[in-house]
Amino acid sequence: MKEIYDSMDYGPAPEDASEALAWLVDQGDRFGHFIDGAFTEPGNGFVSKNPATGETLATLTQASQADVDAAVAAARRAQGKWARLGGHGRARYLYSLARLLQKNARLCAVLETLDNGKPIRESRDIDVPLVQRHFYYHAGMAQLMDSELPDREPVGVCGQVIPWNFPLLMLAWKVAPALAMGNTVVLKPAEYTSLTALLFADLCRQAGLPRGVVNIVTGDGAVGEMIVTHPDIDKVAFTGSTEVGRRIRQATAGSGKALTLELGGKSPYIVFDDADLDSAVEGLVDAIWFNQGQVCCAGSRLLVQEGIAERFHDKLRARMQSLRIGNPLDKCIDIGAVVDPVQLQAITEMVDNCTEGDRFSVHAQLPAGGCFYPPTLITGLEPSHRLMQEEIFGPVLVSTTFRTPGEAVELANNTRYGLAASVWSENVNLALDVAPKLAAGVVWVNGTNMFDAAAGFGGVRESGFGREGGWEGLRAYTRAKGRRRKMEKIESNTGENGAVDGIDRTAKLYIGGKQARPDGGYSRQVFGRSGKLLGQVPEANRKDIRNAVEAARGASGWSRTTGHLRAQILYFIAENLSARAEEFSHRINQMKGGRSGEKEVEASIRRLFTYAAWADKFDGQVHGVPLRGVALAMREPLGVIGALCADEAPLLGLVSVMGPALAMGNRVVLVASEPYPLAATDFYQVLETSDVPGGVVNILTGTHEGLAPVLASHLDVDAVWSFSSSDVSGVIERESAGNLKRTWVNFDLVRDWYGPAGEGRDFLEAATEVKNIWVPYGE
Amino acid sequence: MQTDTREKTAQLPQTVEPRNPGTDLDLDWVMAAQANRSAIERRVATLPGRRTVKKDYQAAWLCRAISCIDLTTLAGDDTAGRVARLCAKARQPVRADLLDALGMQGLTVGAVCVYHDMIAPAITALTGSGIPVAAVSTGFPAGLSPLHLRVHEIEESVKAGAAEIDIVISRRHVLTGNWEALYDEMRSFRAACGDAHVKAILATGELGSLRNVARASLVCMMAGADFIKTSTGKERVNATLPVSLVMIRAIRDYYSQTGVRVGYKPAGGISKAKDALAYLMLIKEELGRDWLSPHLFRFGASSLLGDIERQLEHHVTGAYSADYRHPMG
Repeated sequence: MKEIYDSMDYGPAPEDASEALAWLVDQGDRFGHFIDGAFTEPGNGFVSKNPATGETLATLTQASQADVDAAVAAARRAQGKWARLGGHGRARYLYSLARLLQKNARLCAVLETLDNGKPIRESRDIDVPLVQRHFYYHAGMAQLMDSELPDREPVGVCGQVIPWNFPLLMLAWKVAPALAMGNTVVLKPAEYTSLTALLFADLCRQAGLPRGVVNIVTGDGAVGEMIVTHPDIDKVAFTGSTEVGRRIRQATAGSGKALTLELGGKSPYIVFDDADLDSAVEGLVDAIWFNQGQVCCAGSRLLVQEGIAERFHDKLRARMQSLRIGNPLDKCIDIGAVVDPVQLQAITEMVDNCTEGDRFSVHAQLPAGGCFYPPTLITGLEPSHRLMQEEIFGPVLVSTTFRTPGEAVELANNTRYGLAASVWSENVNLALDVAPKLAAGVVWVNGTNMFDAAAGFGGVRESGFGREGGWEGLRAYTRAKGRRRKMEKIESNTGENGAVDGIDRTAKLYIGGKQARPDGGYSRQVFGRSGKLLGQVPEANRKDIRNAVEAARGASGWSRTTGHLRAQILYFIAENLSARAEEFSHRINQMKGGRSGEKEVEASIRRLFTYAAWADKFDGQVHGVPLRGVALAMREPLGVIGALCADEAPLLGLVSVMGPALAMGNRVVLVASEPYPLAATDFYQVLETSDVPGGVVNILTGTHEGLAPVLASHLDVDAVWSFSSSDVSGVIERESAGNLKRTWVNFDLVRDWYGPAGEGRDFLEAATEVKNIWVPYGE
Repeated sequence: MQTDTREKTAQLPQTVEPRNPGTDLDLDWVMAAQANRSAIERRVATLPGRRTVKKDYQAAWLCRAISCIDLTTLAGDDTAGRVARLCAKARQPVRADLLDALGMQGLTVGAVCVYHDMIAPAITALTGSGIPVAAVSTGFPAGLSPLHLRVHEIEESVKAGAAEIDIVISRRHVLTGNWEALYDEMRSFRAACGDAHVKAILATGELGSLRNVARASLVCMMAGADFIKTSTGKERVNATLPVSLVMIRAIRDYYSQTGVRVGYKPAGGISKAKDALAYLMLIKEELGRDWLSPHLFRFGASSLLGDIERQLEHHVTGAYSADYRHPMG
């Protein structure tokens, strides 16, 4: 006693693992899959180990194609009835699951720590409470679906593949919203960490969840591939590495499956010289030494203002010394075990290969027999260094300095990723100026790694797309009601060569606010329905796409304009189009035949009014997150959107994609209706008279099949939409994998441009990205 | 399994901490101090989840807490008899049989804290114990009497034998940002104390913001405070963990700039053994082991000891205790 009184050491404080181990024994230490409401017989498999000790916890079964087929079939059988149960009926089950998770909270936490190696403090105080919160929250969403989302319906059967860093939490993020919205799921937990998913399956059974609603299959990446490529899966949701995400994007391309990806990051952690430095240091503990740094949104890239850098690094190194590494079941442990020897080796190699900068690691005696890595700080790396660009996914922080807020933003955004960011400053003007400028789906002001079911989480750029949590997260698990039929490719009219009536008018490309001749120097003849030659349009090639994208990228000022200004310009376009209504309707009639021109022009003017109206009204939200502060869900433009306009409605189709994109602050590269391009080339004259800044709208003519892959693979395009009647949906999705740009394609399904499907929220949501800015406050 | 990541340094028994001579007033440093309330609250809210002490460790830590208590009575109805009883408790804070069982014979509190007129009876009652007497001073608790009288009060208390003087600062200097005035006032108090150690009571519950707490802490240390202390115990809000975090971070900054260790004393509102452990853990995490001694850390408390005694009896016997089983102070 006297000795402790003198040393004031903490002493051991182990969490009792006996209940969790007993649960494993009760299950026979061997697990099959959970399919159609029951566990299958354990089959050939692999072992799940405790990374802190190397001990085997249980034997798991590697799913076969037949297992996956059975799981998908069970989910399919269950889905209709589950959806028809109604929001309230589903809410009851979700509530029951939330309750069961709460009643088994300690079991969940201990099992998670045994399986994953994360400190019990984290699984007990962070993961498991958030899991419960997600089920409670989405019980509420199920309850409200009928009244609040009357035009949406479930997507169907969801295939979900989740990572090993937050096994149960990622399950909750995926399963809760899917179930709430009336979908059924086939979920594959990560091979390293399947146990809590199997415990969850047991809880589903206890909750009396109808069989087939939740199915869980275990195994390695091959099983994940079976799920994402399964023809009867309607929606794929994946959280994991960018590399695998890219492969999934390619594998699902053209299949019609909906897809959301939550991928890697190299999130900046920006400390300004007026920050509360001690709190910012403490924040880093939660940013990069949370879960051994195995966090996709870990603040892993420290950017600190030059004048305070030395002091800040000193404080940080001092703080690192008091981090405690060891047995994750000990309640006094900050840093537990890395999930697997493979990961440990990857971290070790990445750091050992770094010969630059100053490396500081905590000198701790690491426990033998487990996967432990000491907290590490590497200062003085330049942005070009590999460790400043690539995800280490371990407890390793890299650091560099900046001089001004502008430079901080530039450095922060100098990455292919865009998941999260932290900003530390006591100056509200500075913090709230910087936050919207950061390329990230989540920004924490004077905080880090704050999560809640009410606020969407997800990234931009190569950190993936889609949001999990909040109202914005429901979009991924619902779709617009109604069935749509397939459309046929609309072929260009053919005709005889001859003279064009009147003076020859040379249609050109419209790039950067100027009429431009095509790079290739080729034109194509456009004939009327009657076979009469109406004119020539340029045949755009890849260089024209390049020029148009460059012009659009350059017009970034548009994204900073006010909604009011954008509304004024959209109204002005409508006004000028109206003045030339007769000419446009005549042109449409000439191209398409019939007399639909007048109606189409009228609908186009209405549509422009609709988006002028929306420009300053598509508000973000303030989410009710549990802290003193706000989470501002801001709707931000995507940036540069490339769109292949509808063939069948040459003017209305173009206006219908340009309108929402412009209203929300995007710049566009529009590829005109392929068979009827002249309405678009006439339209740039309207744009020229309507104060649209150069580069905001760029119009190209050419073949959709030729231009779609170029647009989709362009790494400086943020999104590609296609309403073309050419079969380009697949190639767009496949080519988009390069920078994981957002895609919105029609899969050759007809859209009624004149009806409600032709405008509104779907377009506005596709034209925006929700960024959640967390601002805790308090003086 | 677990490892201690602290660098092992030889811990020499250091009975006397060199006093803080103070520095010039550095306003740049003062004005650069920031304190983000939400982040600070998160830190203290999560700390009990990050650190814990169990069994023997818990008992040893509670004994350490006792050794750091300024056992206090600051009531208008204090008498020599009341103070004598308190002093007896200070000498023998825990029942002898329990201390025997714990192997902690000889444990005493850190000091006894009284008003000026009670210094003499306290010194008499503590003769031979080595326990110092602390006196609150300078027009405690409001500190609004004439400055020369406040200085004189210190001198009287020192003359009466107080080894420690707990002064109150003029809150108005903080609230109006008059840091020079605060510095000068503290300097004069320090000078009046002579060899007696001076604790500067900031009355943090009346300073309006954590940033003000941080800045006032720095100014008082620059002016030579040996300890900085949260509260008189008479404000509406007394010691809290967030306020403590701000003050001890200021102490850490002061140490890193000057090499001088200033002590910390949270006072008021700490009445549970569990709270005391939370404070000790916060100190250990933010300042380090060196500060966990009566030379650098004190609890200003009157009812805390009772709860610790019950916890210690529970530790020794395994049965939950009752307050009447422990002698009154």
